Amino acid sequence: MTLTLASRARGTTGRARGHRGRAVLTWIATHAFALALAIMFLAPLGFIALTAVMTDHQALTSRLWPERWEWGNFAEIFQKAPLLTWILNTLLYAVLATVFMLVSSIPVAYALARFRFPGRRLATLLVITTMMLPPQVVAVPVYILWARFHLTGTLWPLILPMLLGDAFSIFLLRQFLVTIPKEYSDAARVDGYGEFGTLVRVILPMARPAIAAVALFQFFYCWNDYYGPLLYAGTDTSHWTLSIGLASFRAVHRVQWNLTMAATLLAMAPVIIVFFFAQKAFIEGVKLTGVK
Amino acid sequence: MATTTLGRRGRAVPVGGRRRPALRALLYLSPWLAGFSVFFAYPLIATVYFSFQRYDLFTLEPVGLLNYRYFLKDEAAWTAIRNTLWLVVVMVPARVLFGLGVAQLVTKLKAGVGFFRTVFYLPSLVPLVAGTLGFVYLLNPGTGPVPAILSAIGLPSPDWFGDPGWAKPGLTLLGLWSVGDLMVIFLAALLDVPKQLYEAAALDGAGPWQQFFHVTLPVIRPVLMFAAVTGVIQTLQYFTQAMVAARVASGSTDSAGSVFTPGYPAQSTLTFPEWLFHQGFRDFAMGYACVLALILFAVSMVFTLFLLRQFRGLAEEDA
Repeated sequence: MTLTLASRARGTTGRARGHRGRAVLTWIATHAFALALAIMFLAPLGFIALTAVMTDHQALTSRLWPERWEWGNFAEIFQKAPLLTWILNTLLYAVLATVFMLVSSIPVAYALARFRFPGRRLATLLVITTMMLPPQVVAVPVYILWARFHLTGTLWPLILPMLLGDAFSIFLLRQFLVTIPKEYSDAARVDGYGEFGTLVRVILPMARPAIAAVALFQFFYCWNDYYGPLLYAGTDTSHWTLSIGLASFRAVHRVQWNLTMAATLLAMAPVIIVFFFAQKAFIEGVKLTGVK
Repeated sequence: MATTTLGRRGRAVPVGGRRRPALRALLYLSPWLAGFSVFFAYPLIATVYFSFQRYDLFTLEPVGLLNYRYFLKDEAAWTAIRNTLWLVVVMVPARVLFGLGVAQLVTKLKAGVGFFRTVFYLPSLVPLVAGTLGFVYLLNPGTGPVPAILSAIGLPSPDWFGDPGWAKPGLTLLGLWSVGDLMVIFLAALLDVPKQLYEAAALDGAGPWQQFFHVTLPVIRPVLMFAAVTGVIQTLQYFTQAMVAARVASGSTDSAGSVFTPGYPAQSTLTFPEWLFHQGFRDFAMGYACVLALILFAVSMVFTLFLLRQFRGLAEEDA
């Protein structure tokens, strides 16, 4: 009797320990796997950073760690190419396009999300359709249009249209604005606000996370944009953006991979730094694009 | 539900009837209405018109169906279509599956969730040009660290962006690295799956795999579909990575304006939008580029309509 009890007791504790043991093993395996994957995700960034401070010779010989830290590479890329001009052009493009986009897209998104008017569904569908269609579809006539205004060879064909709204931003803002309960607008109406007052005083403050997300997306879209500047900036390097300059960088400086990687690091650094300060906004924005 | 209907019905109609709200909506929508007409509706019609013309920005000459007939014989265009199709068939599913796998892994983690989510998301923010440059260098045999590591552990490494058979897999690798945007969407969807469903399945004796196939997948299916269809639409526009990889790997001395035939090596990375760009804005065969644009429009439209049908919620009241 005692024996059976004892053995049974041992049996259960043994099984429980086995269960916990398996859980611990699973925990370790899962986290080890995630860590290995994380290292693989980070490795390209790490190697780019390390190559950026190698000597020219070393970058050509598959070394993984710099023998000598060539911090001078960063100064050298500014002497070898008009990097500062490219950075300023890119900033001008990104800042103006973002401000213009916000000014024009917020009222549109607001109307689509919260006004009731005939044709609203159709308008929303058209916004989504233009957002989905490749920009290349209408590239030829739009290019000809800008050529008539003698604005090809500058970045204005990329900046000015933002005054007329951006479909992707309108869609994301709308997705957020429809989730704000109608009661807030009603309360604002009771307080004597008109439609515009409601938008500015009540809705905009509530929509701050969504506005931050679309502003960041727009800014980085412009910062990273290659197709647009390639189409319009032309051959004069003083109108280039960082992305075009970077793509041609290696060609101009033959096989100097260390300098190319230094310039590459420079182009991605702002994105990475801003991301660490504004992570939440990015993640919120991405989630707005996904349907539930 | 009831409150919405009530609120809607109960809402006072402003003085002046239906006209004033419509006018006000028109005012708020005016920037987009102007943008839509000038940068979308008009160019779409103009594209059809130019597709029947020979146009090089200076002289315009009607040529009937010549551009369309030229397309049928344009070897490069068909190569570009095959390449784009390859990316749709290989890269899109690979990205969706990998993104889902990474998201699923993150849900299983108990320590450092924020760290891992950040690390997996970060590469998707890296500028495309910078990421592509980095990958061409890192995978480059002779100079890159990846072949060096592979050979150190006794593995062969292909000439990624120099061998026509390996250039598209190289681009796919880059696509997998920047899977973070999909991962975040999937993660949000996975975290929304009701816990009770898993508990009920576990009570019925379902193991982890059965739970995944019978609980997780059916619940997140709409999000998967959305990711797949938008992935196809994005891939139809695939341009920057292919262009930059070809240009850098070939060591082309091209600057933005000079002649450069994309697709290096051996047209293996030539995508449809690249060929359109090259025809329209490097060779200034703008009429022919419009034919290519219309084909791109037709194919993209099919997928967009499919997307809208699947996700009526996109434009619904309370999406």
